[in-house]
Amino acid sequence: MMSNLTGAERGTAMIITGAGVLVGLAMAAVGHGDPMGTHGWIVLAFSALLFFFVGDKVYDPEPAEDRAASYYDDPTKVGIVIALAWAVVGMGMGVWVASQLAWPDLRFDAAWSSFGRIRPVHTSGVIFGFGGNALIATSFHIMQRTSRARMPDQVTPWFVLLGFNLFCIVAASGYLMGVTQSKEYAEPEWYADLWLVVVWVAYFVLYIRTLARRNEPHIYVANWYYLAFILVVAVLHIVNNLAVPASLTGAKSYSAFAGVQDAMTQWWYGHNAVAFFLTSGFLGMLYYFLPKRAKRPIYSYRLSILSFWGIVFFYIWAGSHHLHYTALPHWVQTLGMTFSVMLLVPSWASAGNALMTLNGAWHKVRDDATLRFMMVAAVFYGLSTFEGSFMAIRPVNGLSHYTDWTVGHVHAGAMGWVALISFGSIYALAPVLWRRETMYSWKAVEWHFWLALAGTVIYVFAMWNSGITQGLMWRTYTESGTLAYSFTDTLVAMHPYYIARAFGGLLFLIGACIGAWNVAMTIRRMPSETPELDYPTSSESREPAVPAAE
Amino acid sequence: MMKFIRTLLKPFAAFFEGHAKAHYRLERHSMGLTVGIIIAAGVGGFIEIAPLFTIDDTVEDAPDMRLYTPLEQAGRDIYIREGCYLCHSQMIRTLRDEVERYGPYSLAVESQYDHPMLWGSKRTGPDLARLGNKYSDDWHVRHLVNPRDLVPESVMPQYAFLLDEGLDTESLPDRLAALRAVGVPYTNEMIAEADSDAMGQAMPDTERSDGVFERYGDDTAVRSFDSRPGRLTEMDALVAYLQILGRLTDLPEQTQILPEE
Amino acid sequence: MDIPHDWFVGFSKSFGLFYLIALSIGITIYAFWPSLGNRFDKAAKSILDDEDGPARGEGFDPEDEPCR
Repeated sequence: MMSNLTGAERGTAMIITGAGVLVGLAMAAVGHGDPMGTHGWIVLAFSALLFFFVGDKVYDPEPAEDRAASYYDDPTKVGIVIALAWAVVGMGMGVWVASQLAWPDLRFDAAWSSFGRIRPVHTSGVIFGFGGNALIATSFHIMQRTSRARMPDQVTPWFVLLGFNLFCIVAASGYLMGVTQSKEYAEPEWYADLWLVVVWVAYFVLYIRTLARRNEPHIYVANWYYLAFILVVAVLHIVNNLAVPASLTGAKSYSAFAGVQDAMTQWWYGHNAVAFFLTSGFLGMLYYFLPKRAKRPIYSYRLSILSFWGIVFFYIWAGSHHLHYTALPHWVQTLGMTFSVMLLVPSWASAGNALMTLNGAWHKVRDDATLRFMMVAAVFYGLSTFEGSFMAIRPVNGLSHYTDWTVGHVHAGAMGWVALISFGSIYALAPVLWRRETMYSWKAVEWHFWLALAGTVIYVFAMWNSGITQGLMWRTYTESGTLAYSFTDTLVAMHPYYIARAFGGLLFLIGACIGAWNVAMTIRRMPSETPELDYPTSSESREPAVPAAE
Repeated sequence: MMKFIRTLLKPFAAFFEGHAKAHYRLERHSMGLTVGIIIAAGVGGFIEIAPLFTIDDTVEDAPDMRLYTPLEQAGRDIYIREGCYLCHSQMIRTLRDEVERYGPYSLAVESQYDHPMLWGSKRTGPDLARLGNKYSDDWHVRHLVNPRDLVPESVMPQYAFLLDEGLDTESLPDRLAALRAVGVPYTNEMIAEADSDAMGQAMPDTERSDGVFERYGDDTAVRSFDSRPGRLTEMDALVAYLQILGRLTDLPEQTQILPEE
Repeated sequence: MDIPHDWFVGFSKSFGLFYLIALSIGITIYAFWPSLGNRFDKAAKSILDDEDGPARGEGFDPEDEPCR
């Protein structure tokens, strides 16, 4: 894989990884006795591994192929494999934390294994590890295809992909050591945050440079969604993570914001992480892979533009619905609620657009599990955005907030929408990347689909029941006007639902493992002959597409 | 060897030569898109957050508001480290049942010096905003060692190891200084003596404990929180923090009118 | 901060509304601009057939290629 780099690129790669080794060494030295020191060793090992990996190939002959004739897919391939590895790890952690709530002794008494430390490993593992890698890998694929241009160089994509994974590894290992800022979905400490900014800037520059080289007059709408994901996540990340480290030789830092301002900043971040990390980028995936797999153009391109701007504009205001009835000023709560309700319009426009694209091709959905993944993802997207708008209404939120209903809502979106569209896209993408006619086993895709769907439904129903039960029990009064249930009464009532939830999560995890196995087998299977082109296309002419004048 | 160095330097050569040709067309469409996204998304966030920073009008005035002592702050850092905030909120909403269950609803001023805030988003366990002085130190220690000894239905993890971990007090001056940098009014003296004050708060009737009273007020709880006076542990710090929750100011008790329904 | 809180809140409440309306109108006009329809249709169809490698038509400039 490294032999595809030119000599100059190998040199650059060695300089970057060499610098990584030095930084790691410095961190290990100054952070001795602090978790930062351990992170230094991790950075050092990661960089050294890559350094030797490239160094091993540094004198190999220069690649002879004509690069202008093909896309650069190696980072995409590696990204897909890493995403699946994170899926198994992150979802495995999820099943474990869920089981701890049903059987608390499953924590085995180690400091690192308590709920509070491994829960962020689960959330970051699935959101950033699985979701993030899937987004980066598919964006590399889509930006080149829709631009009909190769990426401008071969080092930046590796830097982005591997740099992002270094961030994920530092984050996850930090949680186990108790390194956290306590800001949900922004837990990593200051040095990891700074590193992510560097990676993210490189990612943005790569995207823009690729778009600038495009041979299509129009930028396809999927790229808009990816671009919004990259840009807004950068802004959110920088603002929410503003902090002052207690010392430059330790991990601990204190947020620049306090109290009510911190709460607003955190949930402005938190909700827009949902919007721009877990929605926008994945809509980009949907707008590319769904029409592609169904072999039909998107139902209404204009509607996709309208809903794009709707989502970008409305979401950013919605964060304060996480703070209803709190010490946050009332008018901000009302603002958040209003925009959350309006958000339903662009959200349903996107979901409807996806489903209308399939209208007339339902036989394909019936026969093709990959397309069914995408279809069900669009349905769950519609359902969970409706639920989200509903839950943002103040009185409803009064009941649902702090309960498992919120957890159920998040997982309807995360499992039903984000994970299903990612798996669908991966199943559509893997045969293209590895030049296979199909996935290794279509039966395994079917199994994965039904396990994932069953797991999601069980999970979400368990959490709805548990959340609404708990919310109602908290506010039930006896006839004499006193509270009817103690907090522990509600805990007892939750127990069966917690078992059901862990079971639903387990089904979903098994599905993900099957998916990872299926992709691995697809990669391993040697084709009898390599197709002449990148991929057997339906193009009659077999000529590269030339953009027509507008 | 020379060959190796030359390989390493190649990209720089390309950089110097390639200045003229390395420009990429920064063309209209993608840049327009970038600017559009930033404007559409940026304005909303700014408008919503900016007014909250005119803080004097957002947050009530509480003249009796006191700061966390170094020991309590150390306990707060442990609370964060262990992820307690993932299951316990510290925000009593303005709802009748919450006020009856937990106490007067939370005011903005109470978390004025909380960097970061720990309002929480989920109550797998009960709210802790007014936990201070509800239970004895001994109850807290036993509960943290094994929650199911005291509450058989509890699903909380055990934190027995906190009793064995000595508290790191060396870094406390740095931490208080960082907190001052973000706006908590610690004095120079408080920062310089943070190490000693942390130890003093768990060692009653010593010279060190006098310093705690002097700097943080006579109402400061000075005692050995884990009932093992010889040693300052993480348990001391965490329990000291849990016992101060909701007691930094008396304002909520004094001013609270009937909550809205 | 010198700007009074009330002013900030008032600005947020009023400006937000106008901003919303202006943005919606602008985007709707863009999306339904008649002469753009052709371009949108072409873009929607173009992704169905894009696996044959980077295009090398009139926009192709060997200077752009990173490796020769």
